[in-house]
Amino acid sequence: MGAALLAKFGPQLINLLAAVLLLLAFAMLTQRRILSLINLFAAQGLVLAMSTALVAALTGQAHLYLSAAVTFALKVLLLPWILHRLIRRLNVKWDVETLINIPTTMLVGIVLVILAFNLAAPIAQLAGTVTRAGLGIALASVLLAFLMMITRSKAVPQVIGFLAMENGLFFAATATVYGMPMVVELGVALDVLVAALILGIFLFEIRERFDSVDTRHLERLQER
Amino acid sequence: MSAAGLAAQFTELMLALLLAPLLTGWVNQCRAWLQNRSGPGLLQPYRVLGKLFQKDVMLAHNASPLFRAAPYLIFGCLALAAAVVPTLGTDLPLNAAADAIALVGLLALARLFISLAGMDVGTAFGSLGARREMLVGFLAEPALLMVLFTASLISHSTSLATIVDTLAHREFVIYPSLAFAGVAFTMVSLAENARIPVDNPATHLELTMIHEAMVLEYSGRHLAMIEWAASLKLFVYSCIGLALFFPFGIAQGGDWLGLVLALPALVAELAVGGAALALIEALSAKMRIFRAPEYLGTAFLLAVLALLVHVMLEA
Repeated sequence: MGAALLAKFGPQLINLLAAVLLLLAFAMLTQRRILSLINLFAAQGLVLAMSTALVAALTGQAHLYLSAAVTFALKVLLLPWILHRLIRRLNVKWDVETLINIPTTMLVGIVLVILAFNLAAPIAQLAGTVTRAGLGIALASVLLAFLMMITRSKAVPQVIGFLAMENGLFFAATATVYGMPMVVELGVALDVLVAALILGIFLFEIRERFDSVDTRHLERLQER
Repeated sequence: MSAAGLAAQFTELMLALLLAPLLTGWVNQCRAWLQNRSGPGLLQPYRVLGKLFQKDVMLAHNASPLFRAAPYLIFGCLALAAAVVPTLGTDLPLNAAADAIALVGLLALARLFISLAGMDVGTAFGSLGARREMLVGFLAEPALLMVLFTASLISHSTSLATIVDTLAHREFVIYPSLAFAGVAFTMVSLAENARIPVDNPATHLELTMIHEAMVLEYSGRHLAMIEWAASLKLFVYSCIGLALFFPFGIAQGGDWLGLVLALPALVAELAVGGAALALIEALSAKMRIFRAPEYLGTAFLLAVLALLVHVMLEA
């Protein structure tokens, strides 16, 4: 009974989670406050872990459970905690600046989603996995996170954009090639990279604090 | 058309007319509880309507016939809209009168009349409110249409009864696009019903009001009709939301037992929906009027995303 239900609703649930992932990517794009941005990022990590666990249950790939557990620990617990600490240290809870205004960003976002869906449609035809429809969404959330990185002038939202991009990549990996044990390896490796990057930015920001409290405007001036 | 259909249609219309003030009262009561107030009680909207119907009508000297006709026209539009949305059964004789697109048109017609009436007397508040109402309306309408188009794409029909039949009575399928459409619809209906992120229904004589500014010049039975129509609008939007996103319990065709069971299901769903609305209102702050385009733009984009997701994941 349980197995039959899972086989029936599993793929649909994965599609639903994929859609929620895209929704969260859009919410991050339009969010002005850093604090909410971090919460949205944690929510995205949770959705990602859930969908990975679901793919694992559907396909019986045991290593994906591990991958889901790592995702949960890292992206729902550890990274948001680090980010919360970071913004408390830097005292930048209320940053609001975007380079382009938000409605325009959303319009560009829609264009990116259409582009991603068009690009992914022929590739998804080739993939034989239950989650292949998720590829377009994964690509779209990668592009949206990229857009967020471009349109934010402050360092912390850019880091979150980068992490969200990695979320999209991870989802693309589980959606297209869940048969490969490399996914776990790749995911963990990327996550380590991400953690290293955060620490790098952390140190960078601290160093910058010795010069001034303002984070991004001054950094641009420093370039000369 | 069957006897059950006729009965469903009649009961549905009567129910909408009678229950609409109760829904408003319930939302106000929930909001009062959430704000730690005791609240005016569930029946307050009926008492207000009763009081207003007994009072005399005061008209401005330069009020045109349009000003006097508008309350009845608005009420008529919304009563027809309430009759078209399936709440109890899907076999409705009036269903052929208006599909989802015509329903949006009916709501737009009501908005047009209330805006014209707001400008009619020529007071500053009236035209200010009317212009803001049109601003909100022209941004909210495309988003509402997109939400309805998403549901229409799923069921291959713009007829609301067919949409409900498809969503409620076929094999249960999860539609991710409806999640997007649901968020968009919630945002649109908050804006359209003059609820808190866009307008504050409890405010009077403030520079921020939209709906109340338009109806300031009305009194007596005219005001009663408009208040009743506003309640009906909230009821219609709630029922559209239930029909699209929680259509469970709505009877199929001329199923008598289903019709009888649909009534408690509808009341329970409306009670939960009203409480949720009060919760949203209690948790959010009213935004500046110039933020409204951004808010409604988000709703529109979410609705477009719903269409895209439908094409990508479900087609």
